[in-house]
Amino acid sequence: MTVLTRTAGALHRRPRLRLALLLTAPLLWLAVLYLGSLAVLFVSAFWTTDSFTSEVVKVWSADNFHELFTTPVFRQVVLRSVGVALAVTALCAVIAFPVAFYTARVARPSRRPLLVVAILTPLWASYLVKVYAWRLILSEGGLADWLLKPFGLSGPGFGLPATVLTLTYLWLPYMILPIHTALEQLPDNLLDASADLGARAGRTFRSVVLPMVLPSVAAGSVFTFSLSLGDYITVQIVGGKTQLIGNLVYANIELNLPMAAALATVPVVVIVLYLLAMRRTGALSSL
Amino acid sequence: MRLSRPLTSAAVAALLLAATACGSSGSGSSAGLNPPDLKPLAELGKGEGQVNLIAWAGYVEDGSDDPKVDWVTDFEKQTGCQVNSKVAASSDEMVKLMKTGEYDAVSASGDASLRLIASGDAAPVNTKLVPNYKDVFSGLKNGAWNSVKGQMYGIPHGRGANLLMYNTQKVSPAPTSWSAVFDDAGTYKGHVTAYDSPIYIADAALYLKATKPELKIKDPYALDQKQFDAAVALLKKQNADIGEYWSDYLKEISAFKSGDSVIGTSWQVIANLAAGEGAKVKAFVPKEGSTGWSDTWMVSAKAKHPNCAYKWLDWIVSPKVNAEVAEYFGEAPANSKSCDLTADKNFCTTYHAADEGYWKNIAFWNTPIEQCLDGRTDVKCVPYAKWVQAWTEIKG
Repeated sequence: MTVLTRTAGALHRRPRLRLALLLTAPLLWLAVLYLGSLAVLFVSAFWTTDSFTSEVVKVWSADNFHELFTTPVFRQVVLRSVGVALAVTALCAVIAFPVAFYTARVARPSRRPLLVVAILTPLWASYLVKVYAWRLILSEGGLADWLLKPFGLSGPGFGLPATVLTLTYLWLPYMILPIHTALEQLPDNLLDASADLGARAGRTFRSVVLPMVLPSVAAGSVFTFSLSLGDYITVQIVGGKTQLIGNLVYANIELNLPMAAALATVPVVVIVLYLLAMRRTGALSSL
Repeated sequence: MRLSRPLTSAAVAALLLAATACGSSGSGSSAGLNPPDLKPLAELGKGEGQVNLIAWAGYVEDGSDDPKVDWVTDFEKQTGCQVNSKVAASSDEMVKLMKTGEYDAVSASGDASLRLIASGDAAPVNTKLVPNYKDVFSGLKNGAWNSVKGQMYGIPHGRGANLLMYNTQKVSPAPTSWSAVFDDAGTYKGHVTAYDSPIYIADAALYLKATKPELKIKDPYALDQKQFDAAVALLKKQNADIGEYWSDYLKEISAFKSGDSVIGTSWQVIANLAAGEGAKVKAFVPKEGSTGWSDTWMVSAKAKHPNCAYKWLDWIVSPKVNAEVAEYFGEAPANSKSCDLTADKNFCTTYHAADEGYWKNIAFWNTPIEQCLDGRTDVKCVPYAKWVQAWTEIKG
């Protein structure tokens, strides 16, 4: 008992020690496990493999990065992956805005929490279940084909469009939520003022709503972009023969770990660049 | 969890072999291979009380996945050897685990077995100590992937062929040749499927062996640069007509059920399951023959429990157990007496277990190495690491 009281007393007198003890564990986790593993990933990208045993040889060389930049197939896959991530982000933004506008401003206030829950419910289901559901929807004679048949069209089938569509569905809630929050916090009197000054709905949207909500769109796009860039399972299920950067990492991981590490640094770099770009919009402070 | 074993990665590489085989020459599949001089177990002693196994999913079942599927408990009761099993996801993982020396036996596929032999991780097996070995089909004995110079390095477990499967309603006339997925793949553009693994390059080589004699391909796993380039070019052309590649058997079944895929490579078990779920499919070995896989139980050179390991080898190929595991996994059993003991009386006929003529046309998975496996010494063959790179490029 006395020991306890004395320790408590000591901690009370030394706020810095208290803080240090509190933060050591989470900081250690962040620095060692999280950033540490990223560092190991980056360092191992500079190693090589023994061409006979495929064991990792710890000799420094930039060959992997050289190969990464000079092999056409790698360039092609990187560009395709970034393209998919951008397309998913754009689609999510376009779909999420009207949905969020409805849930935040049009719907009756008493119903709004219910609508938010409805938007979140897909997140309760397993990722794989949802992707396999899309596989069924997009398969030959599936729901997509059936819906488009009256118009003389057929579904997109498996491939790149199917991948973009499925990823858009998967990450949509991450885009809706920040936009919903931003729209909800939009002061009514600003809209009234805009109307008083003679602005029509379109003008109000462009000059008042959009500038205030844009940082939230950018914040949501950080989620949709990074989640899409790292995904390699959806594309295996609905992507047909498409391969993205994650598939290349997976294909190399057993035989050529350093090459896999070099490939894995590509999305890290792309996302850092994306974050830097988004920071300029003020998105990171509204996350 | 039937068939959860990712045969995708079962085909993953083996380069170690190249290191050991380097500098040796000879003819025949592994005639050039000079494995370390290890002695097989001379006689069977008392069990050590436990045995540590590395296996594909579905090979060592103790009832924990499905209470009805259990051939480990009886083994433990009868021999007093407690079984500790580790499921490996790929051939590479198996090799890595075997190198630790902590395991006694492994169910290695053709692309891992030669590596284990060459590196001295697998010991030769004294087949006299495995009474059930005498009933193993002769086609599985002394294979290029499980023996060296007449010395067996393991006990065959089972085998399967990669078949050409097609939708009987949408594909007509019925195909007879692999050309249906290569030269004539355009007919079913967007609905052709292929196995998603670098080892699939051997399927293209097998087709070229029959259709382009000027390439002089003898063994689809021993391709010099020119032959390899021809196979890769063929696959790049095929890529335009591919709807999707498959490595997950569930995906393959669903694609054939819905009609997204109408023709492509398959396994017997997939054909059975798809037909059982109502898909109109047929699977067969085309006239050019086919590729296939065969697994072997091998004993570690550093086994701490060799007696229990031998008891396991004998147990897993015993007629009843081999029948159970073959039916559970969906492959042809190795033991000829198993065919009388399967739950489905037609099982062995369906899987061609006893049909040696059928297996003569099957080129079992092997590890491509620089030293040509077909015995050529004037050229270098393309090693598996290059197959992996090429596969990425084929898919584009």
